[in-house]
Amino acid sequence: MNLKKKVGFIVFALFPLAGAYFALAANPETNRSREAIRAQHFPDVVLTTHEGKQVRFYEDLIKDKIVTINFMYTRCAEGVCPITTHNLVQAQQIIKERVGPNRVGRDIFMYSITIDPQHDTPERLKHYAEEHGVQPGWLFLTGKPEDIEQLRRKLGFVDLDPELDKDKSSHIGNVRYGNEALQQWSVVPGMAKPEVIATSILYADWPKKSAQVK
Amino acid sequence: MRILKYRPSRLALNAFKNRQELIKAGLTRRDFFKLGLLTGAGYLVAKSGLSSRAYAKDGADGGGTALSPPTRSFVEPMPIMPVKQPVAALSPAPTIAPNTAAGEGRTRAHQAFTQFPPQKLYTRVAQPTSLSMSPDLPAQPVWTFDGSLPGPSFVAKYGEPILVRTINNLPTDNGGFGKPSITTHLHNGHTPSESDGFPCDFFEIGQFYDQHYPNVLAGFSSTHQPNGDINESLSTLWYHDHRVDFTSQNVYKGLAGFFILFNQFDTGDETTGFRLPSGEFDVPMMFNDKVFDPATGLLAFDLFNLDGILGDKFLVNGKIQPFFQVHPRRYRLRWLDAGPSRFYQLFVTDPNNLSAHNTFFHIANDGNLLPKPLQVESVRLGVAERADVIVDFSKFAGKSIFLENRLQQTDGRKPGDVLAAGQGNNLVRFDVVLPQVADNSKDPATITKFYSLPSTAATPRVTRTFRFERVNGQWAINGQFVDCNTTRFTVQKNSVEKWVLVNNSGGWQHPIHIHFEEHQILSRNGVATPANSVENSRKDVTRLQFNETVELFFRFRDFTGPYPLHCHNLVHEDHAMMLKWEIANVGDTKTQP
Repeated sequence: MNLKKKVGFIVFALFPLAGAYFALAANPETNRSREAIRAQHFPDVVLTTHEGKQVRFYEDLIKDKIVTINFMYTRCAEGVCPITTHNLVQAQQIIKERVGPNRVGRDIFMYSITIDPQHDTPERLKHYAEEHGVQPGWLFLTGKPEDIEQLRRKLGFVDLDPELDKDKSSHIGNVRYGNEALQQWSVVPGMAKPEVIATSILYADWPKKSAQVK
Repeated sequence: MRILKYRPSRLALNAFKNRQELIKAGLTRRDFFKLGLLTGAGYLVAKSGLSSRAYAKDGADGGGTALSPPTRSFVEPMPIMPVKQPVAALSPAPTIAPNTAAGEGRTRAHQAFTQFPPQKLYTRVAQPTSLSMSPDLPAQPVWTFDGSLPGPSFVAKYGEPILVRTINNLPTDNGGFGKPSITTHLHNGHTPSESDGFPCDFFEIGQFYDQHYPNVLAGFSSTHQPNGDINESLSTLWYHDHRVDFTSQNVYKGLAGFFILFNQFDTGDETTGFRLPSGEFDVPMMFNDKVFDPATGLLAFDLFNLDGILGDKFLVNGKIQPFFQVHPRRYRLRWLDAGPSRFYQLFVTDPNNLSAHNTFFHIANDGNLLPKPLQVESVRLGVAERADVIVDFSKFAGKSIFLENRLQQTDGRKPGDVLAAGQGNNLVRFDVVLPQVADNSKDPATITKFYSLPSTAATPRVTRTFRFERVNGQWAINGQFVDCNTTRFTVQKNSVEKWVLVNNSGGWQHPIHIHFEEHQILSRNGVATPANSVENSRKDVTRLQFNETVELFFRFRDFTGPYPLHCHNLVHEDHAMMLKWEIANVGDTKTQP
């Protein structure tokens, strides 16, 4: 108990968002709805990062974090993928400028999942990340094809038209963003301006407190 | 801890699990259809263990997905929202400049406060509330204005400016969906920009925002000085959250209500003016469709949906399929499709005489009185559209009849076909059981004129074209997305414009809403709007249907500042199908902004 309290305090002091988690964890209703979102959308499949590290999708990447999630593949030479990656590189820089350099990679993370996992090895993803000037706090992820497909479906990156859905080049170009602890989720188009993408992602940051109504 | 007390029906759980199994197996809706598991209307076939509908009582019909727990139909009365009452004073007193020091979230000064000083003051508190939507479900943790769902109805008068202070008392903990950061739009208000509830004018927990509603007719400063054009009178408006990226969640969670405007003709008194049914016989009805978690019975929101959300439970004024006891006389019913995504085609159905054509009078489109009442058998509504109708219940004395939605819809992007009588979803049951009472309203068949339509003869200063499209799953207007910081085009104040809305797809429809000034639909695919049709009217939402090009006429007057144009499928608008435009003294001539 004491240890838990101590850990909680340290985590609270170091990570503002984790503080939110501890405050909310006291509420059983919050736990229920968080659990429901996890069960519905965040399977805890094992993925491999572009740095060759094995990670669990929910426990390691989503839980207690502010995140962005998009799907891409390195052979997607024109259109949505390069534009989105390019926009996200700039959005990452804008976020750093707005919230300070330390938050990205600490409680704000970006994830790009390949829909071409057989081709996109960690090495290829690493090369892609370096080529695009991706900075720390952003992981490119690959995994077993069936796990990737499950993620794609659970995360809602699916076209209702099955023919379009099979065509990789017409894949959904949105960037999902959210705050897991606060259960705030929305989407921004990957082809929107970097400034707009950064602004949307920061909507998921802790609600801004201001003067109370007198 | 009511949740713990709630025991979901085993049958509903089985139905849910079965459906999940089928989805897990990778079956698409098309596969469901091929396997005969889905009916033409898109319902899962009522097969034991597959659909909760199989166990619902007569008349209790779901739609879209058979997911929610079963609920009994027509066991609770339809709620009537309280009329919002003014307060004597506000503290701190309203100011023209934003009172940032006191916690106001407004960023721009009121532009018409001195010209139209508010005569009445109101407060409206956005707050967490626990309330019941059905006796068969647990209390729902929702967000409301003032504890009422829908919010209290504002009743305002032309010539009586008001100020509404909205206070954000929402909690940080949203219970699974919703953003406790809000902006409240007065839908179709002729409202100065800073009071419009612009999507990017959101404010946070603990803040307030003063909205000044001049309640003045369009044209007061230009074409029709000093009082404005009576033919621009509005009557049925509504207010709802408009937070950029999060509108669908916040409105679904309860942040919406009616706003009624009266004038010297539409008086709110059935013995004067147009003599429309009034008082208890003038009834706002808000339609929503929702889904409830089969395990907990709590309101569920599909957070990761890109196309449009369909509920399998139909609510009127916040209750699932209520009944409404009425007197055998005429009523004015103000119908509103409050979304999130569904289209409706509404009929009055007598269950004992399905072949009857039960007509009623359509008197207002989007809350704007038509040139004269039109006798119709049904009304089509997209999200945010309104229809004021007069139904004469004396024809049904002693009977119970239904308001039936016969429009099938199986995906959130578009409506399907109109079903036969009795095959649709019954929204509310009218029980014509109350005693006979006086009816001083005028028979709409004998009303020959409300207002004239403002002339559309003027030559547009500019014609602008807007393509509504989908790019890699992203909803776009002219290939671009919502951006709070970019004004896509500027309209010149006191000018006339023609806007052309284009949908090149047969795969989706969009209810397109343009804030501030109303428009008239000049044509659809080159065919002029027929006289004596319900579209020969003033509109603020136009349904852009399959492969359509629709031409709209606008006249911009009176105020300046930013306003949005957007799709009112709440899921599409949250997925960036919106743009910001502006009115200024000098406009541009961009034709494809």
